Amino acid sequence: MKLTLKVWRQKNATAAGRFESYEANDVSPDMSLLELLDVVNEQLVNKGEEPVAFDHDCREGICGACSMVINGHAHGSDRGTTTCQVHMRRFTNGDTVVLEPWRAKPFPLVRDLMVDRSSFDRIIASGGFVSVNTGGAPDANALPIGKVDADHAFDAAACIGCGACVAACKNASAMLFVAAKVGHLASLPQGQPERDARAVNMIMTMDREGFGACTNTYDCEAACPKEISVDFIGALNRDYRKALSSTR
Amino acid sequence: MKLDARIPSGPLAQKWSSFKGSMKLVNPANKRKYRIIVVGTGLAGASAAASLAELGYQVDAFCFQDSPRRAHSIAAQGGINAAKNYPNDGDSVWRLFYDTVKGGDFRAREANVHRLAEVSTAIIDQCVAQGVPFAREYGGLLDNRSFGGAQVSRTFYARGQTGQQLLLGAYSALERQVGLGKVKMHARTEMLDVVVDNGRAVGIVVRDLTTGVISTHAGDAVVLGTGGYSNVFFLSTNAKGCNVTATWRAHKRGAGFANPCYTQIHPTCIPASGDHQSKLTLMSESLRNDGRVWVPQTKGDVRRPDQIPEAERDYYLERRYPSFGNLAPRDISSRAAKLVCDSGLGVGPGGRGVYLDLADAIKRLGHKTIEERYGNLLAMYGKITDENSYEVPMRIYPAPHYTMGGLWVDYSLMSTVPGLFVIGEANFSDHGANRLGASALMQGLADGYFVLPPTLSDWLAQAGPSSASTGTAAFTTTVQQVNEHTNKMLAVKGHRSPELLHRELGNIMWNKCGMGRTAAGLQEAMREIKDLRGRFWQELRVTGDGACMNTQLEHAGRLADFLEFAELMCRDALEREESCGGHFREEYQTEEGEAQRNDKDFCHAAVWEHRGANQPALRHREELTFDNVHLATRSYK
Repeated sequence: MKLTLKVWRQKNATAAGRFESYEANDVSPDMSLLELLDVVNEQLVNKGEEPVAFDHDCREGICGACSMVINGHAHGSDRGTTTCQVHMRRFTNGDTVVLEPWRAKPFPLVRDLMVDRSSFDRIIASGGFVSVNTGGAPDANALPIGKVDADHAFDAAACIGCGACVAACKNASAMLFVAAKVGHLASLPQGQPERDARAVNMIMTMDREGFGACTNTYDCEAACPKEISVDFIGALNRDYRKALSSTR
Repeated sequence: MKLDARIPSGPLAQKWSSFKGSMKLVNPANKRKYRIIVVGTGLAGASAAASLAELGYQVDAFCFQDSPRRAHSIAAQGGINAAKNYPNDGDSVWRLFYDTVKGGDFRAREANVHRLAEVSTAIIDQCVAQGVPFAREYGGLLDNRSFGGAQVSRTFYARGQTGQQLLLGAYSALERQVGLGKVKMHARTEMLDVVVDNGRAVGIVVRDLTTGVISTHAGDAVVLGTGGYSNVFFLSTNAKGCNVTATWRAHKRGAGFANPCYTQIHPTCIPASGDHQSKLTLMSESLRNDGRVWVPQTKGDVRRPDQIPEAERDYYLERRYPSFGNLAPRDISSRAAKLVCDSGLGVGPGGRGVYLDLADAIKRLGHKTIEERYGNLLAMYGKITDENSYEVPMRIYPAPHYTMGGLWVDYSLMSTVPGLFVIGEANFSDHGANRLGASALMQGLADGYFVLPPTLSDWLAQAGPSSASTGTAAFTTTVQQVNEHTNKMLAVKGHRSPELLHRELGNIMWNKCGMGRTAAGLQEAMREIKDLRGRFWQELRVTGDGACMNTQLEHAGRLADFLEFAELMCRDALEREESCGGHFREEYQTEEGEAQRNDKDFCHAAVWEHRGANQPALRHREELTFDNVHLATRSYK
């Protein structure tokens, strides 16, 4: 089939950006969107033009690198899908596909469709861990954890840190990202000693990095490729309030 | 090049404790005076950087991805082995050690493998303490499953995303140290060379991928945890960015490269769908616990798989390897798949596929249980192929996945360049000629959490701090060479992209140095690689310049190294005149088509010494002695 790609081009964070249109012929329905971009880039290089820069690595939906707003939706309109898993069979001959980067102040643009998500790393560094040094951990089975709790923790831990929740949110809030990490560790006994401090510190860092507030529109959940539930945001708010009231 | 493995004396089971008992220590107050450079933030790199910082060292960590959390360890699916023997099915440190040595076709160093089995149990404890959500039983204890090449259930897992959860555990430990100011993290920064001064590794040269700025970093030791080289095949299950650059440049600075021909072709990957294919996706080996592998018995059978009756199917793994069946090790399963496809029985486009069928398991266990065990994998398969594998058997085919070869290291994980340590997949040490499933995660974390911290401390205590600073001649010369290399690539101004040239290299390697190798084919491959390398320097086109984010330039640099490395890989395969593990020389096989080892002449690790561009590399050997296991013919029948 034949598709038109309308792609955001911007040389660096300070340069002016614009949309450019590229035609793609002979598109196979089995191609992934990134493979289509590979083909388009090949055409650009052939013409001596610079290819479209975009983040990608594993191309199997787990590393969290790929990050595009596809026709207005973070990672495209399919549920539970990363950009790299969008296949061209989702489109029909003659379609125009619009590709934009994540747009959020705490994610400054690097080039074209690539943004800087190091603010997420800084949020994790401020509390997204259990403080245990290597060595001296008790036997793994010394701490039984019910399957229901373990599964619940996993549902939150599945977050790949891609930032789609922020890109989808009109306020560029990172609440789902923070809630996923806080919720993962709050569901486990290992996470209890630092539970209060973790919630407070991660939210403070989130605010400092310039992410917006949550107004419960749940676009984050709809965009999340790992389908992490907004229930974790509710739990985070409870933890945060409780932590503030019990701060010693 | 002198190869001294420095294996502690004494009985096998006491070597590691005797090493730790007699190692030299760095005083806690002195540790902060040492700066350690860690390149790569996968399981090995992240766990090492975190653990070293916890001990008090100053650490600089580097990764080319935009965040350390994206390293390719994240994509490991199946699980991690540990000799916990929680299921009470007869497992032990000895059995894990033995399975790993045998699985590696008796081409790994006994002492290293035993240490790996010993520390495996502590890894699980550590990860649980960090909050890694492993799968659990209803009673709250950890669940285990079996994996290829083992007859006990020793694999811990977190749904089909074990690598992700373990990496996020290591990443959170790393970020904690970043927050505490003990690790300085340099993301989107690619290592382009190691700086060696007076025979000691004293730092690295890196490129900031966002700005293109080249900078230098000095340290008292350099640790490479930069993964494997499967992308030499272009199509592999590795992430697109995985490359050989760090280890290859270290090799050119004096580090011996061991067994580059040992590559693992994973049996259960989704077959390529066309020429646009940019990478291959693995379907976890764990599927073979419940899935049965088969092809039709007659050539050209075009019926839908569910219309082919039981009696007309060939469950070839169960037939050929009755005691291991569908759980035969990876090298054996891959070769068996190639064999049936070569004989015209393959299914799907181009006949390059076999069925992996869950129908019996769904009948036995129910849809819900299968979904619980493999739901995310089957969803991924559905997205890629548009097929529902609860109803239609999956199609799979082998693909390059892991590389057992790597930089040679001694018992302390130090390369032949003093001060240069190599951990995880980047080194050669533990898997011999074939790696068993769920052992890569184990080795990465064993090296990073438990082996490197003491061995590096021991070395630093003896070698003392490095006096080199980034202003010395060694650094300025290396930077100059890096710049010349970059400028040379930009100056070619040919007409072909790195992507196209890389695909060409991949074709050569897959066809002639892949699952089956012959002397004639390897010689041909070496000629073709030389030719392609020549054309690379005439036809390469890198758009843009070096002073900004330039993905073409990154790819070209990695490809330039692959083009040099590939020739060594073929040469290693050519000179190893035997079949062992993932290295299958068609001239050396039994009548039944199994790999035929030659222990008399090849019971050694081949270690290559770089001698400049105009002289072929020199082959050294580290003889492998097996004092504790009997060198047996590996049989899974």
